[in-house]
Amino acid sequence: MRYSDGFRQPAAAEALVRMLHERMAVARSRRGAIAVMEVCGTHTMAVGRHGLRRRLPEGLRLISGPGCPVCVTDAGYIQTAIELAESGLGIATFGDLLQVPTAGGDSLAACRARGGRVQVCYSPLDALRAAAAEPGREWVLLAIGFETTIAPVLATLQRAHDAGLGGLSALVAFKRVLPAMEAVLADGRTAIDGFLCPPHVSTVIGAAAYRTIAERHGRPCVVAGFEPLDILAALVALVELVAEGRAEVRNEYARVVKEEGNPRAQRLIEEWLEPCAARWRGLGELPNSGYRLREDRARYDAERRYGVTVRTGRDAPGCRCGDVIAGRMDPPQCPLFRRMCTPDSPVGPCMVSSEGSCAAWFKYERAEAAAPG
Amino acid sequence: MSAEDRVQLAHGGGGRMMAEFIERHIRARFGEGPLRDLPDASRLAWTGPEVVFTTDSYVVQPRRFPGGDIGSLAVHGTVNDLAVSGARARWLSLSLILEEGLPLAEVDEVLSSVAVAARACGVGIATGDTKVVGRGQCDGLFINTAGIGEPIAGYALSCETIRPGDRVLVSGTIGDHGLAVLAARERISVAGGGPVSDSAPVIGLVETVADLAGAVRWMRDPTRGGLAAVLNECVTGRPWGIEIVEQRIPLAPATGALAELLGVDVLHVACEGRVVAVCAAEVAEEIVRRWRARADGRQAADIGVVVERPAGAVVLATRVGGRRLVDLPRGELLPRIC
Ligand code: SF4
Repeated sequence: MRYSDGFRQPAAAEALVRMLHERMAVARSRRGAIAVMEVCGTHTMAVGRHGLRRRLPEGLRLISGPGCPVCVTDAGYIQTAIELAESGLGIATFGDLLQVPTAGGDSLAACRARGGRVQVCYSPLDALRAAAAEPGREWVLLAIGFETTIAPVLATLQRAHDAGLGGLSALVAFKRVLPAMEAVLADGRTAIDGFLCPPHVSTVIGAAAYRTIAERHGRPCVVAGFEPLDILAALVALVELVAEGRAEVRNEYARVVKEEGNPRAQRLIEEWLEPCAARWRGLGELPNSGYRLREDRARYDAERRYGVTVRTGRDAPGCRCGDVIAGRMDPPQCPLFRRMCTPDSPVGPCMVSSEGSCAAWFKYERAEAAAPG
Repeated sequence: MSAEDRVQLAHGGGGRMMAEFIERHIRARFGEGPLRDLPDASRLAWTGPEVVFTTDSYVVQPRRFPGGDIGSLAVHGTVNDLAVSGARARWLSLSLILEEGLPLAEVDEVLSSVAVAARACGVGIATGDTKVVGRGQCDGLFINTAGIGEPIAGYALSCETIRPGDRVLVSGTIGDHGLAVLAARERISVAGGGPVSDSAPVIGLVETVADLAGAVRWMRDPTRGGLAAVLNECVTGRPWGIEIVEQRIPLAPATGALAELLGVDVLHVACEGRVVAVCAAEVAEEIVRRWRARADGRQAADIGVVVERPAGAVVLATRVGGRRLVDLPRGELLPRIC
């Protein structure tokens, strides 16, 4: 049996679904409907992929949050990456960024087709390989993402550093999850009763990190894995905590996530990075919500090295990604969804990224699939 | 390795070196039948009024992977396209595009693999061509094969004949080929052994149910885009849809584990030795029984049904009792797997 099969047992799923319905019935009689935000784009995808939304009890709503790295990255970032490629630098990037359109309809994929040296990586280490294979060229690694991706990117820079490989730098737009969760609450336009917290980020920052959200903002937080049974179990816990008015942190993924997180990764972050204000699509500029390379690592910072600045970009006209990311709107409510905007010709990043909400809804939850067969 | 052991531009130049190359590498293997006198075109005996004709190019990278190589793949792929069209392949063409500098020993290995696979499939090589391009102008070795085949009596395959209530069958585990190639290319090591390509002829599977052909509505080999792509192709624009059941879809443990690890939906991953068929409900059990009795169909399964609604869509009933759309794969998910 595959590892994951153990977490998808039909009988166990039925039992959890029944429990969830029972708990929700209690919760509704006490306090009405409940809205839970799944912070991470991979959770959104998992909900779609396993058809979980159809199994939710009435009154329980899942809202996608700001946890898709490609989606929250400001439009200006892609523009700067294209400019760097056009100046003759090699660009190493995860595939997801390739198709993200700028407001003017350009993209890294189009830049590559025009002859730009844009290389798709499966792991940040591929950037090292690319740099080693073409020593005559300087390379820029596109470094976006949350605590999860930060660690491997820094480990790569560290290896370049140790090996004395001078030609590699990073265009950094790292983000921190917690300030985004706080910003969504502060925005206040979407009622959120609790958070389903991302597993991979939590392995780095630790489950204890969510105490701020629970204690300061009064919202329960439950850390959950990506398997459907993990998600169902976490929802049972969340509904119960919300119904009882208990703003606590629960770790339903203790088989991987530790209370204190991963000290080694945290140390690497401290060595290389310092917190800074960051711009988020949909949430605007948030203090202390991002990281930049420290002064003593400036030579690895593509912005400082090549004298470029990521300017605030314009989103494509009509795209509601900002509202989708902040949980103010479900993708089908965007007037462009399915009509003008599809994964084949995406208008905004939420339709491009494999973790994007619009892509998840398009892929798995279009109206005809939701209808009973 | 000296220059003589590698492909040179002159091997495709039409002169003495090319003649020697053809003699030593091609005719030594394929010189039995119509290629004996190296004609510009071959004249072939034919029975029956119809031929079934197809072509495909093979650029798989790496050229060797667990379960096969570009040579056997170039035979199986084309023979299988004919088989799922209800035809038995008789003759193949074989065109090679070689990159200057490729070791001749590797060319030999590939050609031997072509010869072995062709013999196993019962097809002959009727004509061929070799071109050599300069270094960096192609990635090692590309193959094109075209195939002609004879229709197998009784098969009148068409999506048009499908009706709600028909069953959807698959002859074995899915996604093995694509993930085996990906693991080999990215050098992903998997504890306990990684996925193994299913590259193999499917003609036996098609012939073994030929007496039920009238009740078989439609067949495909789920190559690029996997099961999801062929089922979507089947339902698009139709007044009915398909519902498949996650638990019934055969999956090799190593393939499932790697797909999970990489976050790839295995429904989108190519097979190279499977048949997907839609048939009348009355014959479904019998077809699965006969397939399972064979080594190449041991894990065959009835995985779903043609439904009235939702029309034009493929839906997956998930293990946890949910339902979701099975969409077409997008973009370059797994480039150069065949
Ligand atoms: S559907 Fe497209 S245009 Fe609308 S919010 Fe999503 S990505 Fe933007």
